[in-house]
Amino acid sequence: MTPPAVTGTAAATQPIRLLDAEGRLVESEANAPWHELAAQLSTEDRLAMHGEMLRTRRFDIEAGHLQRQGKLGLWVPSIGQEGAQVGAVWAAREQDTLFPSYREHLIALHRGATMDQIIDIFRGARHAGWNPLETRGMRIYSLVIATHALHSTGYAMGIRLDGKSGTGDASTDEAVMAFYGDGAASQGDASEGLVFAASYEAPIVFFVQNNKWAISVPSTRQSRFPLHERARGFGLDAALVDGNDPLASFAVTRRMLDAARQGAPGYIEADTYRMGAHTTSDDPTRYRTSEEEESWRRRDPIARLAAHLREQGVAEAVLAEQDVEATELASDLRRRTLEAATAISDDIFDHVYSDPHPLVTEQKRQLAEFEASFGGEA
Amino acid sequence: MTDAAPEVPAAPAQPAASVTMPIAKALGSALREAMRADEKVLLMGEDIGPLGGVFRITEGLHAEFGGDRVLDTPLAESGIIGTAIGLAMRGYRPVIEIQFDGFVYPGFDQIVSQLAKMTARHGGAVRMPVVIRIPYGGHIGAVEHHQESPEAYFAHTAGLRVVSPSTANDAHWMLRQAIASDDPVIFLEPKAKYWSKGEVLAAPAAGLEGVGGMHRAVVAHPGTDVTLIGHGAMVHVLLQAAQIAEREGTSCEVIDLRSLSPIDWEPLVESARRTGRVVVAQEAPGHVSVGSEVAATIAERAFYSLEAPVLRVSGFDAPFPAAQLEDIYLPDADRVLDAVDRAMAY
Repeated sequence: MTPPAVTGTAAATQPIRLLDAEGRLVESEANAPWHELAAQLSTEDRLAMHGEMLRTRRFDIEAGHLQRQGKLGLWVPSIGQEGAQVGAVWAAREQDTLFPSYREHLIALHRGATMDQIIDIFRGARHAGWNPLETRGMRIYSLVIATHALHSTGYAMGIRLDGKSGTGDASTDEAVMAFYGDGAASQGDASEGLVFAASYEAPIVFFVQNNKWAISVPSTRQSRFPLHERARGFGLDAALVDGNDPLASFAVTRRMLDAARQGAPGYIEADTYRMGAHTTSDDPTRYRTSEEEESWRRRDPIARLAAHLREQGVAEAVLAEQDVEATELASDLRRRTLEAATAISDDIFDHVYSDPHPLVTEQKRQLAEFEASFGGEA
Repeated sequence: MTDAAPEVPAAPAQPAASVTMPIAKALGSALREAMRADEKVLLMGEDIGPLGGVFRITEGLHAEFGGDRVLDTPLAESGIIGTAIGLAMRGYRPVIEIQFDGFVYPGFDQIVSQLAKMTARHGGAVRMPVVIRIPYGGHIGAVEHHQESPEAYFAHTAGLRVVSPSTANDAHWMLRQAIASDDPVIFLEPKAKYWSKGEVLAAPAAGLEGVGGMHRAVVAHPGTDVTLIGHGAMVHVLLQAAQIAEREGTSCEVIDLRSLSPIDWEPLVESARRTGRVVVAQEAPGHVSVGSEVAATIAERAFYSLEAPVLRVSGFDAPFPAAQLEDIYLPDADRVLDAVDRAMAY
């Protein structure tokens, strides 16, 4: 069954784009205010953004290798989505809280989670790689799709109740960003998040990376209508942005977040592409064409920002240096992963409850006794 | 969130002396006291604002505390529980009212995969002080999905605490303790008994610590021949059965479980060792239920004292029937007494 073509405003909507695929600025009357926002990023900032994208890409590739060599149980690549993520996280202010799904590696790294902590999740050492109270507002990954759309909304409702938003001062007012994808948008929790966010005027922006594929199911199966248009129906301000354009992602997110912190929740659909597999357990050759993949490879966000930086006069040697640095960082990860400690059996029991629970206490004791019965040879 | 809390006359935060009141009022006063004691305590639910909830448990609280603390939410249980998790991450202590037992399932994932596991997933770095109040059980002649006993799902889930009071005093003080807990608590309220009156004891000098543990099982009626175990509204059925049995010469000890996770095994096992005969009763279907766990554990721990296998009396393993059949479906004193007779005949 082939779905009919989407009609109405949907087909007419063009993503906000400030850099074209060749890295040239897209100037127009409509783009002028967005360029003005993007101008908050200096050339040094843009170079740093490029460096973060490169590091994440190298990290991603190295982690994929580690999985293939049996060192990780699973890997979730973010290749192709670095542009959307780098713009979004640079637009977030220091006081903001970010709720990721599980593919937001660049965002986690930017806020202070380490590569090793992300790796810990996928080598099976712990569920949450990091303590969110130590990573500048970066919450932990959420694997049941779209559940965190509600946690983030509730957190934003709490900000509002605390009086920490809506004072008119963007430099201190807090806001929240929730990240999920086109597949997640079909979940009831995603819609309920929009309902609650709108009803309580919560300071939140939903940043939706439409990467075209929910494992093997195309985004056209998730929605016959553009996702950002759907959000408008819930009463949120919404925008469609070229997710492979880091500058546009930054400008749109900055504006939406600053509106959210004054009580107008927003929704950003970032038009991007998952260049790799869903996870290392996936095989995209079964459901999509190499022509499609190739067409998106030509829109690689890293190449696009690099081209822009060259246009801005950044020397080739500087870009090459970033590349070397990223490669070295990633290869050191291999050594660290092989040396990393394994989990211990106490981890099963120690944080099931905050206060002691007799059943858990008893089972921990029983396991210790059982292990001890082997005389240290278990 | 724009409603301002109106001025209210000052009232004591704790009852100065014991007061007799129905369970519904005992719950309402517990919510009021908890909200006065801690401004981080919030109420969330459907129709809990000006209406006071469909059972009027939150009556007067919206007027006293305003819409920022008594949140009349959109009609979406997953949304309520999921946003409560976010509010708890932000430092709030949400107390949720689920309108009826059968309406908790749209929020099931948020309870079992998110709320219950959140502290463990974070390695203890994040606490989840969330209470989910669920009016549960039958005997109210309602339409379908309004009379269920879902306790086994939650008692089976690591990370949750599950309690169910049977008296006004327990309704009041266990709710205060549940709100004070840093772990998520499923609070099952015997809705058929909402208007049963009982004495609510005054706050002891020691505060919440002084009223006894939220997870303690207690002997509701002492006896010597058979131990009857149950929770919530079933305790009232067991007390009635014990009274009838006594007239017929059999002395029954009734134990009110109060807590379904954890279960306080010591009083149960001690009683089983004394009487040698145990009947466990519940409204919920029997297959893989709280009663199953009680029977298995008592068999394990009191094996050499038992004169009969632990017998289970429960709702049938069928969907809760139409209201005209609920008296047949739900265990009554006769079915409990039948089990008592069988236990005595071993």
